[in-house]
Amino acid sequence: MDKTFAARRRRDLIIAAALAGLAALAPLFIKDVYVQNILILTLMYAALSQSWNILSGYCGQISLGHALYFGIGAYTTELLFTKFGVLPWFGMLAGGVIAAVIAMGLGYPFFRLRGHYFVIATIVIAEIGLLLFQNWEWAGAAMGITVPVRGDSWLKFQFMRSKLPYFYFALALCSLAWFVTWWLEDSKWGFWWRAVKDNPDAAESLGVVVFNSKMGAAAVSAFLVAIGGAFYAQFLAYIDPESVMGFQFSLLMALPAVLGGIGTLWGPVLGAAILIPMTELTRSYIGGSGRGVDLIVYGALIVAISLALPQGLVSLFSRSKAKGATR
Amino acid sequence: MGLLYGLIAVGLALIFGLMDVTNFAHGEFLMIAMYLSFFLFAFFAIDPLLSAPLVAAAMFVFGAVVYLLVVRFAMRAKANAGMVQIFTTFGLAILMRGLAQFFFTPDYRSIPQSWAGGKTVSVAGIFLPEPQLIGAAVSIAAFAALYFFIHRTDFGRALEATREDPGAVALVGIDKNRVFAFGWGLGAALVGLAGAIMAVFFYIYPDVGASFALIAYVTVALGGFGSVFGAFAGGIIVGLVEATTALVLPPSLKSVGIYAVYLLVVFIRPRGLFGSM
Repeated sequence: MDKTFAARRRRDLIIAAALAGLAALAPLFIKDVYVQNILILTLMYAALSQSWNILSGYCGQISLGHALYFGIGAYTTELLFTKFGVLPWFGMLAGGVIAAVIAMGLGYPFFRLRGHYFVIATIVIAEIGLLLFQNWEWAGAAMGITVPVRGDSWLKFQFMRSKLPYFYFALALCSLAWFVTWWLEDSKWGFWWRAVKDNPDAAESLGVVVFNSKMGAAAVSAFLVAIGGAFYAQFLAYIDPESVMGFQFSLLMALPAVLGGIGTLWGPVLGAAILIPMTELTRSYIGGSGRGVDLIVYGALIVAISLALPQGLVSLFSRSKAKGATR
Repeated sequence: MGLLYGLIAVGLALIFGLMDVTNFAHGEFLMIAMYLSFFLFAFFAIDPLLSAPLVAAAMFVFGAVVYLLVVRFAMRAKANAGMVQIFTTFGLAILMRGLAQFFFTPDYRSIPQSWAGGKTVSVAGIFLPEPQLIGAAVSIAAFAALYFFIHRTDFGRALEATREDPGAVALVGIDKNRVFAFGWGLGAALVGLAGAIMAVFFYIYPDVGASFALIAYVTVALGGFGSVFGAFAGGIIVGLVEATTALVLPPSLKSVGIYAVYLLVVFIRPRGLFGSM
């Protein structure tokens, strides 16, 4: 048992490295800016969803308010950059730390709640954040912040001429989120989280400090999501409260993990790889009519996938494997 | 206003609270009901208040059909049923919004004149707009009817039993799907009533539901899942808090008060005010 588990983990790592290597070569063949854009968004959502998955998938604390951390990452970076001239790299880290601290501060009262009460509390807190930012004049209120152009450089993490640097950063972030998940899966924390998810009372009685393990998951998850927010802000060079902190965003972050397979290592990547190109393509090819056909297709697909594969697309692979094993 | 929130929430209290099925398309049910009411007015000149029972009946069928065609299958999922329900109904909500945009266009519509619209009534020297008063009266009646229905009829007992233990219920010959389809129909009919009344004094557009849906979830959770009376009390509290917040803070922040009160309540009572689950 132990041996196969270790073997599976080694295999996962090799596959991930191979995929990341392949992805890194992709820009050699893909020159089209539109396609590159889709790739960047796909990688970003994969990273976000992977981070969301740590708290909601592994630890079982379903959060539909992660847009809050995303927005905090985006706003911390841009406020520091535009108001104080702090380089986005530091802003990004600061945003991550602030988000993690807020996540733990909120976790203190929130983690006593269970089920729907917890989910609604996460929605509500993100909504409060959204409303506050919409009314905060200094931070641009509802108009948001336009990031000033200071020239192409890695130092300022701004690139006007080419999207490739963004692509490589998104790839690095996605790989980081994946690797953190991979690493935590086999750690003490990973086992605690799964125990907390399956049965918190039993876990507590066996000596798992349920509260602390939820806090740890929340902090890691919020930190990574905030980094993603900082990236998104630099990438678009414009942010406003609704587009980085809206409820839709919380759902969009959760969706790839749910469609791919919640609480699994590969679910978020797989889900994002299918969902994001699909979203972008339906939007640009049939969304132009302004009559919501893209919404109809998109909504119907979500319904269909969640009904057909409740355990996510990953279950397709494990099912065929299980069959092979019994033979 | 609080009683109106209550009226929107009462249908959700039934679906979300009593049957324990997450429904993220509740706001879109409201939106459909408002459009129904609008078109009945536009084509047949039926006053929204008169058409309310028609809208409710149509929504009953709609709710039951949605359950039988979609939600029934979402509930069958063995693993992470909660997430499947959330995202199935979320997908449904997007689908319904898209359909509304397609057929009704994203334009804002309103019902220019109706029997009660714009009239005011003076109660003890305070002028109150008539449609809101009617909404309040309907809301109280709806809550009373639902309360009676859940606690005094066989159906109510069957509903609660089905939520508690679908397997055991099947043994005594209750068809789970029939009970839940009826429950969904009823929930949709109640939100249909709310939609018909609200069509009188709110703009109607494809995204209208989203703004009310979150408040409805908060209302139900504030009152506590599984309690009809809780949702009623939740609605009144939400309305009062909103009005008070609007006095202290700028109008754009009025919802902050509602959300803050929800958080405060569940921190003190993690099951809401009157919740049993």
